[in-house]
Amino acid sequence: MNWVANNLPLILQRTGDHLAIAVPAIILSFVISIPIGWVAHHYRWSRGTVLTSIGLLYAIPSLPLFIVIPLIVGTGLRSPVNLVVGLTLYGIALMVRSTADALGSVDSNVEQSASAVGFSAWQRFWRVDLPLAGPVLLAGIRVVSVSTVSLTTVGAVIGISSLGSLFTDGFQRNITAEIYTGIVMTILVALVLDLILVMIGRALMPWIGAVSPRRAARNARAARRSGEVTA
Amino acid sequence: MIEFRSVTKKFPDGTVAVRDFDLVIPSRKTTVFVGSSGSGKTTLLRMINRMVDPTSGSISIDGEDTSTLEPVALRRRIGYVMQNSGLLPHFKVIENVATVPILNGVPRRRAHQEALTLLDTVGLDRSLADRYPSQLSGGQQQRVGVARGLAADPNILLMDEPFGAVDPIVRAELQVELIRLQRDLDKTVVFVTHDIDEAFLLGDQVVILETGGLIAQVGSPSEIMAAPTNEFVANFIGAERGKRALSIRSTGSGDILVDSSGRAAGILVAPTAPDAE
Repeated sequence: MNWVANNLPLILQRTGDHLAIAVPAIILSFVISIPIGWVAHHYRWSRGTVLTSIGLLYAIPSLPLFIVIPLIVGTGLRSPVNLVVGLTLYGIALMVRSTADALGSVDSNVEQSASAVGFSAWQRFWRVDLPLAGPVLLAGIRVVSVSTVSLTTVGAVIGISSLGSLFTDGFQRNITAEIYTGIVMTILVALVLDLILVMIGRALMPWIGAVSPRRAARNARAARRSGEVTA
Repeated sequence: MIEFRSVTKKFPDGTVAVRDFDLVIPSRKTTVFVGSSGSGKTTLLRMINRMVDPTSGSISIDGEDTSTLEPVALRRRIGYVMQNSGLLPHFKVIENVATVPILNGVPRRRAHQEALTLLDTVGLDRSLADRYPSQLSGGQQQRVGVARGLAADPNILLMDEPFGAVDPIVRAELQVELIRLQRDLDKTVVFVTHDIDEAFLLGDQVVILETGGLIAQVGSPSEIMAAPTNEFVANFIGAERGKRALSIRSTGSGDILVDSSGRAAGILVAPTAPDAE
């Protein structure tokens, strides 16, 4: 505990570094996966090819990837951008399939009816298909978020600061507390980001929690009962 | 007036849903397409607002060939009500009703104001405006569907088995409502159903369809009942089974009408003069 107390600024610094890499990668994976997932969902011929080849990205070992990316993108080996690009690729590998599944999960009756009342294809995508794909998209991005937060630590091996630097440093200097702090903080960051995603989902999809009249009546009855007890 | 001229629809899988179909649908009347599944009735309905395009032939609305019109704009001026209401689950009731006016560029506030009035029109309490469709009963959802169909004040209202998924009591209520609405609003209604009783109840013109969109008979309910053109129609409307072939039988407590199997079907009363109402 002493180590933690003495190194709070360092822990905060590394957490900040970690978020600065993981959060952009999560957002980019989400945004980039939407058009690709749409293509995979929309054109039957493309589904198998697109999903399989994108999914294979995940099979690339991370260390070589982080070494190859700078050569392609032109960033320095130790630049966080390098890591963001790599993590985005992994995120896309997971998220494209989720996006295709999410768009496929939308009730085709609702899509038909939206077209029948006069939504253009573009309007229907933004106002009907995408919001209704929300629950499955959310499930997908939660997986991406957790996986990205954990993969971010790998960057420490090639010298990009993150919470992973606490493990590498802890190992080299044999400070157990530092290693544990790195692990605990990584899990904590993953949990907090997950919670934030769930809250964003709730705010953007208020209809999901909408209570049916029958349940509302039951809740009201329950409230009355507990009211009687306290009174 | 909606006119079908030798319309054929062949789907990519080779099914011919409709073959060489001709029909005139008069304005400000209710026309009902009735037939069993595979009769092409829904395909016919969907060709009116270009959800489905005919393989050959043409459809015109008030003399305008629909193939020359932009589908999205056409759909926004035709009301559409479907089975299971087809409401957008992520829009509140009021937003669902105001959908088409907002797509047409009406300011949100005004569209919502007018949507509230429409809730009155279809007999829904305004307190439901902020609910989501999943929070309503099947009958209420269907009413919201009708309100949405009316929101852009279209001349034409297409209804695709709108009352198919609600229980018989609610269905009867909705049918009566629709008759009232039609009397007040005077739209050209095209209604699809597989229920011949519903067709006779609602239709000014009833179109009985056989497999492949063949017209078995077109006419008013009384014309069809009085003179079914063939055995198919007679069977379909239930004349054959004797459901509609009623006769008078005297019983101890008065005269009753019985069907051909002898089951009591009603009583005979003196005709009421129409202007007495």
